[in-house]
Amino acid sequence: MIPEIGSFALVLALLVALVQGTLPLIGAQRGVPAWIGLARPASSMLFLLIAVAFACLTASFINNDFSVVYVAQHSNSRLPLEYRISGVWGGHEGSLLLWVLMLSLWSLAVAAFSRSLPDDMVARVQGVLGLVAAGFILFILLTSSPFERLLPGAEDGRDLNPLLQDPGLIFHPPMLYMGYVGFSVAFAFAIAALLSGRLDAAWARWSRPWTTAAWIFLTLGIGLGSIWAYYELGWGGWWFWDPVENASFLPWLVGTALIHSLAVTEKRGSFKNWTVLLAIGAFSLSLLGTFLVRSGVLSSVHAFASDPKRGIFILLFLAVVVGASLTLFAWRAPKVSLGGAFALVSRETLLLINNVLLLSAAGAVLLGTLYPLVIDALNLGKLSVGPPYFNAVFTPLMVPLLFLMAVGPVARWKQASLAEIARPLRWAFGVAVAAGVSIPFFYGGWSGSVALGLGLAIWIVGASVLQIISRARSSLPPRAFWGMHLAHMGVAVTVVGIVMVTQYESERDVRMAPGDTVKTGEYQIRFLGVEGISGPNYNAARGNLELLKDGTLVMSLHPEKRKYFSSAMPMTEAFIDPGLTRDVYVSLGDPLEGGDGAWSVRVYYKPFVSWIWGGAVLMALGGLLAASDRRYRLKSTAARAGKLAAQGAAS
Amino acid sequence: MKRFLIPLGLFLTLVVFLAIGLNRDPHEVPSPLVGKPAPAFSLEKLAEPGKTFSPADMQGQVWLLNVWASWCVSCRAEHPLLVAFSKQGGLPIVGLNYKEVRGDGGIDAKKLSLADETSLTRQRAGAWLSQHGDPYTLSVLDMDGRVGIDYGVYGVPETYLIDKKGVIRFKQIGPITPEALEKKILPLARQLAAES
Repeated sequence: MIPEIGSFALVLALLVALVQGTLPLIGAQRGVPAWIGLARPASSMLFLLIAVAFACLTASFINNDFSVVYVAQHSNSRLPLEYRISGVWGGHEGSLLLWVLMLSLWSLAVAAFSRSLPDDMVARVQGVLGLVAAGFILFILLTSSPFERLLPGAEDGRDLNPLLQDPGLIFHPPMLYMGYVGFSVAFAFAIAALLSGRLDAAWARWSRPWTTAAWIFLTLGIGLGSIWAYYELGWGGWWFWDPVENASFLPWLVGTALIHSLAVTEKRGSFKNWTVLLAIGAFSLSLLGTFLVRSGVLSSVHAFASDPKRGIFILLFLAVVVGASLTLFAWRAPKVSLGGAFALVSRETLLLINNVLLLSAAGAVLLGTLYPLVIDALNLGKLSVGPPYFNAVFTPLMVPLLFLMAVGPVARWKQASLAEIARPLRWAFGVAVAAGVSIPFFYGGWSGSVALGLGLAIWIVGASVLQIISRARSSLPPRAFWGMHLAHMGVAVTVVGIVMVTQYESERDVRMAPGDTVKTGEYQIRFLGVEGISGPNYNAARGNLELLKDGTLVMSLHPEKRKYFSSAMPMTEAFIDPGLTRDVYVSLGDPLEGGDGAWSVRVYYKPFVSWIWGGAVLMALGGLLAASDRRYRLKSTAARAGKLAAQGAAS
Repeated sequence: MKRFLIPLGLFLTLVVFLAIGLNRDPHEVPSPLVGKPAPAFSLEKLAEPGKTFSPADMQGQVWLLNVWASWCVSCRAEHPLLVAFSKQGGLPIVGLNYKEVRGDGGIDAKKLSLADETSLTRQRAGAWLSQHGDPYTLSVLDMDGRVGIDYGVYGVPETYLIDKKGVIRFKQIGPITPEALEKKILPLARQLAAES
């Protein structure tokens, strides 16, 4: 019964989404207040119905209802409760439902937090969101319903993919989807502005906090995915340039460009067309990412089953949504006024360079991701593009970006002078060069790439600190100022992590018999042996190792090699001793012949690896500060106060 | 006006490529073994302990070599098709039982002696075939997976079409679908049978 309620709620949600996607849009165009007024209640209704559908699917998982095909495929009676809940989004159908749930949540949030916006603007934004939701709900109902029954029901489920039975999976997809889907709000604002012809600074101001909010979630989602890959895949990599990773990184790059371009549009009224195009682009790439992941056109470690019908539907949807948006853009953009003029040396120019670099990086990643597909489509053979390509094109674009990141906030709008920029930064520059060149000597040996990376990171942090000091001396700067600098410093922290771990990590694959010791960094690791243990739905060999420093025990290490009942593939559970300046990472390989109980053991020493994700957290916090700046809230509270006063006067 | 159409143009080009890409299978990797002689081996038969089989025994026939194991879930999906196909008597199918014991996550093969592993392999493989039907002319046991390595097996099931001269002419990775059988394997097999 429960799955049928879910299915029914989803059908009703489609109808509500169609209403939300049509009447308010038409109403806003023709000026029909009743139709415009439908936008807000429709979005509440849409969220409620999708939440009901989602709750029904979750209930089926918790109750082990294996008469539901999707549950039978992705769960098992022995699966622990927390993974039965996260199993809801462990497969294609459930992920899509989560996607739509997030979309309706954003739509609800826009309805709740946009009291100060003109009603017709809200109606248009909600209309666009309604149309996108309708497309995705239709997709679920036509090709990927999670509520389909299996008659007679299965005895037991096939179990969730062991790779996904991990705390990281509980949070990674929802975060990532919040980010992906969040760009739909920026997109909806852009389309609403194109439709109404009001492409102005006010529009940029409304879009900014929403764009930043989506970007925060995407940043955290990508970071969580990277951590998950690091400890769950068992060989200590944290980024693979895998097509699915790229699919999430592309909207991030374009979204970052959009955040900066919106700043110009809000403050100076320039770059309007460009900003609109980026807003369309960021969301289009989210849709493209969904297409790439869900259609199976690219092979990836995230091997999702492919079904041609699904691929065709998403491609058609992508073509309609993006095609229509770009057509609207081509029609409206020529009439948009140019903003304020600016000199060659100015903050506008620097932000333009920022956009060019970020977009070039996104273009290069997109090219590398789609190249195998294009070559195959042209019958030129099968190939794959690996990390060497991505590293070779990505790094040179990041170096100038990082350098200018410190310069941008110092430069004035409209017209700046080089001397004015250079004066406050000269100390940061000196310290960065000196530290960048000298630190590698003290830490593990000279390396040009480390010197460059550390130098750039110190340059960014130094410039931010200098500006914060000089600005805070006169008055307390607004949150947006703190947010920007915190996010920039976050990038610097991530860069430190990347260059240090890439250059100085040590990896050893060793044969260890009980009693053997191996040295890594300043530690020794002693292997005591392996014992058999059993978990709820797996058996495992658990290693007992000791981490020693100068002969004294620091901690016990227990990496595992798990064999889940449901899968022939053994899973490696690495054991990590995390730290601020280094991680010690141990994982079990295979038992070795010789009869002395020896195993192959992987011992990694990863200096500063946690900085990579620490930086992502700082970026997200910076985004949070920026998005909650007083000037975005001020207007809405003022407007609400005005509204209340008006109501009071009327009664 | 025109320059504002550039994004649309670029996007439509992308859509065309994506549409073509949808009809391709990224997992269909051309095997370097296609066109090369089938690697030689000599393995014990499942049904007749002590007797061995090698590809040379099939000289002069067009035949299929199908890699399977009882722990392989996709093999079970493929199996009814193979059973039906063998009843039509189209082509001889030789089964390569691949890592029957060592490939199963539930068993620790290191603890078993070779004799125990062999008898366990026979028992499991035999039981599976009597339960699901036996489409094979004969099956051989590749317990340590060395022959699998020679054949570049990286996923079970896999199927090789081998011609009269012992050359591999086609490789199917993953389960044989009715479509692959009708459109690829059978036409090619007929053509090969006609060759002298």
